Amino acid sequence: MTDKNKVVIIGGGHNGLVCAAYLAKAGKQVTVLEAAEQVGGAAITREFAAGFKVSAGAHLLYLLDKDIGKDLALESHGLQMAKTAMSTIALAENGQHLTFSGNQVSGEGVSSEDKAAMVEYHRFMTRFAGIIGKLHNQIPARIRLDDRGDLISLAKTAWSIRSMGKTDMREFLRMAGINIYDILKENFENPLIRGALSLDGVLGSFLGPRSNNSVYCALHRWSGSGEMAIAKGGMGAVTQAIANAARKQGADIRSSAPVSRILMDNGQVQGVELENGEQLMAGTVVSNADPKTTFFKLLGARHLEAGMVRKIQHIRMRGNASKLHLALNGRPEFTGLDETQTGERLVIAPTIEYVERAFNNAKYGEHSTGPIAEITIPSLHDDSLAPAGQHVLSAVIQYTPYELKQGWPDAKQAFTDRVIDLIAQYAPGIREQIVHAELLTPVDIEREFRIQGGHWHHGELALDQFLMMRPVPGIAQYQGQVDGLYLCGAGSHPGGGVMGSAGRNAANAVLASKPVDDQ
Amino acid sequence: MRLSELTAQGHFNTRVYPSPFHARTEPLNKLKAWGRWGDYLSATAFNCPSLEYTACRNTCGVFDLTAMVKHRITGPDSLAYMNRLVTRDVSKLKPGRVGYAVWCTDEGQVIDDGTIFHLREGDYRLCSQERQIDWLLTNAIGFDVSIVEDTHDVAALALQGPTSCATLKAMGLTGIENMKPFGLEHYLFEGTELMVSRTGFTGDLGYELWIDPDYAIALWDRLFEAGKLLGIQPIGEEALGLLRIEAGFIQAGVDFMPANETVRTTHTRSPFELGLGWLVNFDKGVFNGRQALLAEKEKGSRYLSVRLDIEGNKPANDSYVYKGKKVIGTITSAMWSPSAKASIALATLEAPHGKPGDKFTVDIYYQRELKWSRVMATATVVKDAFYDPPRKRQTPAPDW
Repeated sequence: MTDKNKVVIIGGGHNGLVCAAYLAKAGKQVTVLEAAEQVGGAAITREFAAGFKVSAGAHLLYLLDKDIGKDLALESHGLQMAKTAMSTIALAENGQHLTFSGNQVSGEGVSSEDKAAMVEYHRFMTRFAGIIGKLHNQIPARIRLDDRGDLISLAKTAWSIRSMGKTDMREFLRMAGINIYDILKENFENPLIRGALSLDGVLGSFLGPRSNNSVYCALHRWSGSGEMAIAKGGMGAVTQAIANAARKQGADIRSSAPVSRILMDNGQVQGVELENGEQLMAGTVVSNADPKTTFFKLLGARHLEAGMVRKIQHIRMRGNASKLHLALNGRPEFTGLDETQTGERLVIAPTIEYVERAFNNAKYGEHSTGPIAEITIPSLHDDSLAPAGQHVLSAVIQYTPYELKQGWPDAKQAFTDRVIDLIAQYAPGIREQIVHAELLTPVDIEREFRIQGGHWHHGELALDQFLMMRPVPGIAQYQGQVDGLYLCGAGSHPGGGVMGSAGRNAANAVLASKPVDDQ
Repeated sequence: MRLSELTAQGHFNTRVYPSPFHARTEPLNKLKAWGRWGDYLSATAFNCPSLEYTACRNTCGVFDLTAMVKHRITGPDSLAYMNRLVTRDVSKLKPGRVGYAVWCTDEGQVIDDGTIFHLREGDYRLCSQERQIDWLLTNAIGFDVSIVEDTHDVAALALQGPTSCATLKAMGLTGIENMKPFGLEHYLFEGTELMVSRTGFTGDLGYELWIDPDYAIALWDRLFEAGKLLGIQPIGEEALGLLRIEAGFIQAGVDFMPANETVRTTHTRSPFELGLGWLVNFDKGVFNGRQALLAEKEKGSRYLSVRLDIEGNKPANDSYVYKGKKVIGTITSAMWSPSAKASIALATLEAPHGKPGDKFTVDIYYQRELKWSRVMATATVVKDAFYDPPRKRQTPAPDW
């Protein structure tokens, strides 16, 4: 029998590292195997042009769990914020931008009704997101009647909804499954407010504002601390701090160590084999990879029962978001924005109908002709990212379906130009400032971060892939079917975003499992 | 394939196909008693079900098996695939052998039962009552295998009864008597390949014959010519239904609900609950239902599948089974058995009831000239099949 105290973690993304830190802290002998040259997964900082560095995957921090930060003493391991409490600025072509800050919205032509509505919208969104936030650090309950722990957990969730009071409970239950288009139409009249807020419901997903589940997606986004931040040194600094914390606890972290397969014997995990043929034996293997990569590529479908294979195959995880990185030889000048404002979160979503039309293309395997964007210029807050006086622009661009009819090799250059044109509508001089441009399509994201389908949440955030159904029923408690194999990535509850909760919950699941002798 | 191409095929306009043997079975069907089995028109009876039954027990009967759903599983991973699909260890099934098997959902509930024919090394045929292509293709994910449903490409006859071996010998299948039960052989028949297996659904000496549909009529004619003096008779579904109950064989949709067709999830059955625990092998690695079945073994099953010997001569169709006044089960198949001279039944009982020798009561409703009566009869759980002649197992097969 292999040693259950030995744990191999496949993938050193933020969740894998968090899991490693907690397991090492609990006395497990942990080895993290990261395929890339540096740990961090899709939360890394890397050079994309000589002298220019950027958060190559995720670029905003808004979900990182506070308790994890404290437990792992991330600040003492080097984590600092370059910018906190970011506002969102909805760009208007004429320069009459709107600024969202907390529950306030301000700008030319915002009615007092819309201002009041924003206060109310912020109140209920925060409250409803709080229900989801409370679930982040729980191992999802199974829907069954024969386990006391599960029943108590389900009852607590039901109570947290019921205790909101009749009016809010009804509103929560009404809203949770529907689309953000309806909610924003009900609450706001200003087209730019509607457009900008709708991004919360669609970013990173295969959804338009009119798609069901977009409210849930927005709630997921709102379910963290409630403010956005940029880490000093980029996202890589976050994962480096977590890695340092894990090392301090005794975890062995190896990079450039791609795993080729999980070793099995009669339904029990034995360890892993690296691409170089090296075998590491361990009674527990935790995978930070997405569920399809874990079960189909690393484990092999044949080691699962067929019903489970079918469920995993049906996980929706086709990426639709791209990352644009621009190396700029000066500070970009957005019409109507001063330097401080340029450093906020800038969004291009002029109307909610525009966003919906941008999605239309994606439904038919085409990229948007009029895309949407979430832009940050982190170098305004952090001079380590670009040479003095120069800047980097990092933007999430939608919609760019993974399965593009035309094929990405043919489409990529023209689409990159289209996106730069789009940004130039708001920052007219930007094209001349570009030293280098890099676009990561979902296909590139799949290749660079080893996420099947290039979906950075490792699976759509949707109610049918939520909580005890994430990634699929039967593995939602971070383990299932294969004795000794666990999942700790964003494909598991509570999902994507640099959060760390999946990693910690998985560690708890590993620690809660009975020793082999007792089974 | 485009919808227009699909509709152009027009295959859906034919609702029920005549079997490749139809040109022979049609004139023989004096009752014109036809039913539907899968895609095919199937004779429920030809002349008299009792006589057809009697032929199978005393001479031999021929049943058209073509509608049986057949799949061919080939490719480098075919053995690994079969082993993950079914609960038994297929690696023990050598080429030239046939094995009875059940396959389950992940929840350990039986989807269907059937037979695996290991035709040649790594080349399997799976026969089943229900259509399985969707499940079989789902199972193929991650395996280097080819799965083809070839129901329409194989014509099949069951030849069952004491004189079946003699008939095949007379037809020229030299050495057929040396085939062991659950064996199979390939013969040359008028320039094509005839596969013969010593298998059946009647609990007696018997064979099944598998051939290219173009040769179906030739096979039928040769068979009936050879069996002329050996009492060969065509038989229909009704007679087969009686034969299989006597043999103690369960039938999907009658004695258990196929799990993938069951709406009420508690109405399905595990292999243990169907008395098929002997088909479950936990040492062969992962298979569908393994975890659930391990848990069931630990925790105990909900039901037992039993054979009942019931006093009196009235068939206990659809009866409840009582222990005292409490209902503890239901009868799923019942008949008056002419061979066992007993009223017999297959039943599902709630665990832990149903040890051999246990006695229960069944309520039998019957009518005499439209007047209904009820009798409470004692039913005794028996272990063995009601009809189990030694010739079923003898090799060489005896001549009758």
